[in-house]
Amino acid sequence: MTTTVDPTENAAVPCAFCVAMRRVAGAVLPALTVVGVIVLIWYAGAYLMNRSITLDTAERRDVELTAGEVFADTMAQERPRLPAPHQVIAELWNTTAGEEMFRIRRGELRPNPRSLFFHAYQTLAPTILGFIIGSLAGLLLAIGIVHNRAMDLSVMPWAIASQTIPILAVAPIVIVVLNAVGLTGVVPKSLISAYLSFFPVVVGMVKGLRSPSAMDLDLLRTYSASASETLFKLRLPSSVPFLFASLKVGIAAALVGTIVAELPTGARFGLGARLLTGSYYGQTIQIWSALFMAAICAAALVALLGLAERITLRRMGLGA
Amino acid sequence: MNSAFRSIPILPVAAVAILVVAGFYDLRLWAILAVWLGAWFVNTRLSAMGGPVVAIWVPVIFGATLLVIWELAVRLYEISPVILPAPSAIAVAFAENTDLLWADFVQTILKGALMGYVIGCGAAVLVALAVDRSLFLQKGLLPVGAFLAALPIVGTAPIFVMWLGFGPASKAAVVVAMVFFPMLVNAVEGLKASSAMQRDLMHTYAASYGQSLMKLRLPTALPFLFNGLKICTTLALIGAIVAEFFGSPTVGMGFRIKIAVGRLEMGLVWAEIVVAALAGTGFYGLMTLLERQLTFWHPSQRR
Repeated sequence: MTTTVDPTENAAVPCAFCVAMRRVAGAVLPALTVVGVIVLIWYAGAYLMNRSITLDTAERRDVELTAGEVFADTMAQERPRLPAPHQVIAELWNTTAGEEMFRIRRGELRPNPRSLFFHAYQTLAPTILGFIIGSLAGLLLAIGIVHNRAMDLSVMPWAIASQTIPILAVAPIVIVVLNAVGLTGVVPKSLISAYLSFFPVVVGMVKGLRSPSAMDLDLLRTYSASASETLFKLRLPSSVPFLFASLKVGIAAALVGTIVAELPTGARFGLGARLLTGSYYGQTIQIWSALFMAAICAAALVALLGLAERITLRRMGLGA
Repeated sequence: MNSAFRSIPILPVAAVAILVVAGFYDLRLWAILAVWLGAWFVNTRLSAMGGPVVAIWVPVIFGATLLVIWELAVRLYEISPVILPAPSAIAVAFAENTDLLWADFVQTILKGALMGYVIGCGAAVLVALAVDRSLFLQKGLLPVGAFLAALPIVGTAPIFVMWLGFGPASKAAVVVAMVFFPMLVNAVEGLKASSAMQRDLMHTYAASYGQSLMKLRLPTALPFLFNGLKICTTLALIGAIVAEFFGSPTVGMGFRIKIAVGRLEMGLVWAEIVVAALAGTGFYGLMTLLERQLTFWHPSQRR
């Protein structure tokens, strides 16, 4: 027995799955298209920028190349001016999945400096440590500022002014100075990222802790609530959205800070060090893969905070 | 119980106790703590008074106290100038090297950062106008732009230096890459700021797209545009200075910092930091001033 399916019947009653799919497609398709266009432009750019190198080598070797061969060569050079996307992805794959994270050297199990995960870890560890220190200090200072008028008047103008100073650009000096004192390794780098995540948290949290309305504050006063009760039961809960917004800014700044801090100090490990050695030796593919790794780390950190934000806000009944 | 605690002035008692203990332990520490607590006492008193004059003096006293403590700490504990030069030593280095600092300022800020800032922010506003007209671009470019704005774009510096050479062009390119996306996100947000009611009103006046843009949408977008412009001032300076770490002619703030750190001339390094700080606050202040002139109607500017 054969059953004929009436096509109009399906279209009339769209299944829930189809609707969901269409909604996802409506949100994702435009972004995917834009990404696709960027990749296309990238390939075109790689061809145009690398062609002169290909033609020069061909001329030196006295070989005639067809257009196809020229194109193929521009996509597979060892030190291209602009590596093609697939070269960068291949390099990323080879230096992460293709390399052991640890290897045995002189009878000991040591991290493998060829693995990009190792470099990412060298950058991420101080970033996260510094971020935690900086955010906690920023939170404490914000609480102080909200409760103490003298502190508010003396510190706030400087906290705001300090955000207009290109602190990041002088991060390397701090590293050099601390190295001269004998502090090396994780501590100097995490100091930089602590410093960079400190001010966004201070400014954001002062705003957040002051966000409860006068009505709510008055209500707690009628309950004769103490300052600490007001803080824990009203001010802190209502500042949570501000907290996450400033934490996201802070962690992005902290990561950039650690990368830049690695630059002029001749650090051997870390994503910033990969950028620097890549630029010294003209290893463009290495630069781009380090850049992508940094981007992935930044995106992952911000996404993690975003997830924590959504879960927290939902449990507080504030989530959309 | 609680009120009994409150009647005792805890903080002053604690301050005197700390001073006495510190005096027994180390006289130098006593001097530094005395300056700090004295200034704090003055500031607490001043803050309790209130008023517009106080709002200026309290932060000034706080900043001056930090400088005095810095100077005292360096002198009393004989901290090596390589680790931390005293503020007076930095001032001397600044005064001795004004020509050098000015040349670096012109190279890095005026040629590199400012050029990139103008090109990047201008291009972002133009792209925002295009994005605003197309729903597809809004859905597609905005998430990508927001994603890119959070990335460590300053890492592209070695690439641009490789492509465009050591001159100011590569610095400007890094700055363009850094300021473009934050500015774009703000500009698109701003172009949406006018309400449907206001746009409908323009429509009933039969206003053309250009008229509606110039008379309604750009003015309502200005607070957002200035927000972006202010964020981008700092980014521009960072981009221009950091790009010089990857290669530069023998002039420029990033170059000078790199070289002076190598020679352990920390006075000069700190003088460059002072220049960067002044340039940063000055640039930001200029934008705030412009904002106040142009968006005087916005609630955030009311006093």
